[in-house]
Formats: sequence, C-alpha cells, structure tokens
Amino acid sequence: MSDLIVKLLTNLLQVAFLLFVSPLLEGLLKRLEEMVQGKHGPSIFQVYRDIWKLFHKDEVVSSQTTWIFRFAPVISFAMPVFVVLLIPELTAFPLFFAFMGDMVAVGFLFALSGFFTALAAIDTGNPYGPVGASRTRMIGFLAEPVFMAVFFAVSFVANATIPYIVNSAWVVSWAAFLQPAHVLVIVAFLLLILADEGRIPVDSHAGKVEIAMIGHSRGLEYSGSGAALMKWAGAMKLMVLMIVFLNVLVTPWGLARDNSLVSVLIAMPLVMIKFLVFIVVLVAIEMSMAKLRLFRISEFLSAAFVICVFAMSVRLVGL
Amino acid sequence: MNTPWLDIALSLDGFVAALFLVTGLNVIVVRQMLAALYLFIIHAVLLASSAIVLAVALGSIHLGWVAVITIVTKVVAVPVIVRWSAGSQVYKRREVDQVLSIPISLLAAAALALAAWMSITPLVHSISDRPFAAINLPTGLMTVFFGALTVAVRREGVAQLMGLLIMESGAFFASISIVPDLPVIAEIAAAVDVPVAALVIGLLIRNIDRLTGTTRVGLLAGLKER
Repeated sequence: MSDLIVKLLTNLLQVAFLLFVSPLLEGLLKRLEEMVQGKHGPSIFQVYRDIWKLFHKDEVVSSQTTWIFRFAPVISFAMPVFVVLLIPELTAFPLFFAFMGDMVAVGFLFALSGFFTALAAIDTGNPYGPVGASRTRMIGFLAEPVFMAVFFAVSFVANATIPYIVNSAWVVSWAAFLQPAHVLVIVAFLLLILADEGRIPVDSHAGKVEIAMIGHSRGLEYSGSGAALMKWAGAMKLMVLMIVFLNVLVTPWGLARDNSLVSVLIAMPLVMIKFLVFIVVLVAIEMSMAKLRLFRISEFLSAAFVICVFAMSVRLVGL
Repeated sequence: MNTPWLDIALSLDGFVAALFLVTGLNVIVVRQMLAALYLFIIHAVLLASSAIVLAVALGSIHLGWVAVITIVTKVVAVPVIVRWSAGSQVYKRREVDQVLSIPISLLAAAALALAAWMSITPLVHSISDRPFAAINLPTGLMTVFFGALTVAVRREGVAQLMGLLIMESGAFFASISIVPDLPVIAEIAAAVDVPVAALVIGLLIRNIDRLTGTTRVGLLAGLKER
C-alpha cells in the first residue's frame, strides 16, 4: 500500500477513533464517579444508548429560535473532528493536516463552537440558557489569557506550537521531559481543562439544578438529534482535550512511529490506557474537591496564569 | 556520577523543584485550613524527594538522613502536633481571611519570585561547582518569600503557622544543595526545632481560640493602643 493511502486511512482511523471512543470515555468517567460515591452507576455504554435514543426521537424546536439554534449543534459536533486532524491522536509523525493549524488554532476552533453554543442558548428565550451562556463567557474571558499564556509557555519551552513538534520535543531525552517549565505547563493546562470542561472545582458535571449550572444549562432546550449532537460533541471535546494533554504534554509515548496501519492499530490500546489513567486522576480530583463559588473561579484561573508565568520565567532563566 | 546520570538527576531535581514551587504557591491561595496542612505535608514529601535525589547523585549519606529526618518530623510529627495543639474545632472553619485578594496575592508572589531569582543569581554563579544549587537555591528562596507572603496576607493563626513552616522548608530546600555534608546531629537539631515551634505556636493558637472564640488573629489588631 502506498504511503499516501496509508496516511489517508490513518486520518480516517483518527476520526473514527474519536467518534466511537469518546462516548465510552464519558461513560467510564460517569461510572467511576458513581462507584467512588458508593453507587452502582450506569453502564459504561449508557452514553451510546442515550445518543442512539436521542437520534430516534422527534425534535421540538421553539418557533422563536433562529438558524443559530439549528446550526450550533452541527458546529459543536464538527469542531472536535477538525481539531483531531491537527493533533497527534494515534501517530507521532505528522499527517496531512498537521501543519494546517497549531495549538492556537485548536483554541480558536473550540472558541468558535463555544461562541455559537452561547448564541444558541440566548436564542431560545429559556431563562436559564442566557444565564449559563453569560457564566460560560465570563469563565471564557478569564480562561483566554491563561490559554494564551499556556501556548506561549509551550512555544517557549518546545520552540513550537504545532502539536506534533511539541510532542516530539519532550521525547528527545528525560532531561527535556523533566524540565521544570514542562511540569509547570502541565499543571497549568490541567487547571484549564478542569475550567473549560466544567469539572469540579469550577462546575459540577452531575448538577441537576438549572440555576446553579454554568455551562450545562446552555443545552437544555435541545431535543432529538440536536441534543444527540450536543451530547456527542461534549464527549468528543473532552476526548480531544485529553489527547492534547496526554499525547502532546504529559505522556508523548505509545504513538505509532512508522507509517503502517499495524503500528496505528497497536497505538490504539496504548492510548486507551493513558485515557483510563487520566480518567482515574480526574475522578480523584472531582471526588476530593468542592465546587467553587462563581466569583472564586477567577482565583482558580489566576493561579493557572501565574503558574504559566513561572513556566516562562523558569525557561527564561535557563533552568 | 557520570554526566548522563547527572543530567537525569538534575532533571529529576528540577521536576521536584517545580512541584515544590507550585505547592508553595498553593499554600498562599488555598482557603481551607485543613487543605493548607495537607499541602504542607506534600511540600515536605517533595523536600525529602529532593534530598533523596541529591543523596544519590552526590553519594552523600548525610542527605539520606536529611530525607529520613524530614519525613519523620515534617510529614508525621508536625501535622500530628499542629492538629492536636491547635484543636480540631479550628479546622472546621471553611474560609481563611486574607488581607489581599487571591489574584493580587498571586501577582505579589510572582513579583517576589522574580526578586528572589534576581537576588540569588550572583550567588549561584559564584558556586558553579555545585550543579544542584542552580535549581535548589532560587527555588528555596522563592519558597521562603512565599512563606513570608503567606504570613503577611493571612489573618488566620493556623494559616500563618503554615506560612512559617513553608519558609523553613524553603530554607532547607536551598541549604541541602550547598551544604550536603552537614553532620547528622546538626540536621537533627535543626529539624527538631520545627515540631517544637509548631507545638508552641499551636498551643498559642489554641489559647487565642479559647480566650477570644476565634483564630482570626487579624482581628487582634483592633486591640492596639491608638
């Protein structure tokens, strides 16, 4: 098989892996959280069933909404699929779209989907949607400078913002991997994932009270296929952030190093193991911390920002 | 130790130093007193880890003892003493009062870190024969400053005690890189001071709590003569 066809197949595999594994990861996360709380919890395949059920249900759309409400689930669903083409999901070597965008582009694509989701939440006229949208925007405004600081810190440490190049910068040697600036960037990015994904201590994912919700109240008006796309998009976004965190920053190993389908297939279980470990860490964080009050979130994100500044300073002074 | 292993030891020490710094920073921002105590325990474990890395890299048995003494005194003794002496009701309050808001405290911490780095750089250059000093000295001094900042911005007795203990750990973190061969008896003497200080201050906090019904020592400023 020619190199071109293998690379094309690998790209398709990357997208398929994201589409079909992301609901499983969310299911695992929910099950593990429930188990830690002493409950039995839903099946790890429940998210697949929910998505399937929602796709087969009728959709109710308010007559007050505009095209934005219809468009937002599509863009939320499409963005993680685009992003996964830019980042090392299964391969350590760059694929076709690797140099089409860097980590800043990844941030931009997610910001775009967040923007449309917020507009759609306001569009519905549901009182909780705009509240959730404005709260999410508030966190977004606080998180954006930290995102930029993380990208600058990464580019400063790895001399690039292209995820494939950043990933290879850490694996050069143990000395490169263990450098203090790298550790600080990892800590800051973990805090950002918690904030961006609406995880504890920023938001409670399992919360059921609309008035206390931050991001989850934005999607309350969706039903049928729109709700299915939003749910699937949420699971994919979490998986993409996990890929960036694990495959680019924390554990840049276990990826296919040569352009063969066998290597790519071998990489899949190794990447899954990394996901599992991360999910356990995420559950440990969520189960050991309390949700912050809304106006304390700025403190949480300012800590992430200062850690990024430390990362850049440490690099600047040559440690 | 040959060069590749020394490089790995330096990187490991840098890794520990980064976590040491983040934990020290966290003590400034954390709002729960019990969380501050847990962070101090993690901080002490990281101090012991750095001592172990340096002990292996430099072949110094004294630093191995430093690690053991640190674990015994700071990871085990100090938390037990502080919890016993200050009284359990002290930890029930969820929020610690601050003089400055958390974001401003963090900016002050960043400025102090920069000041620490600028003030220590000439010393680091003058002892270039000690490779670990380039990591441990600035990190230790930054942590000392973070501890001082914690004492200054907190209005709560236990949180201020954590600041003092963090300062001591920072000083230890710096000193193990420049004096790896201090006699064990001196290490023990220095380390025993910490639980004693924790006991004395803990009892003082308990008495303040008993007499005034609170450990918000910031409120005591109102007793000053005008």
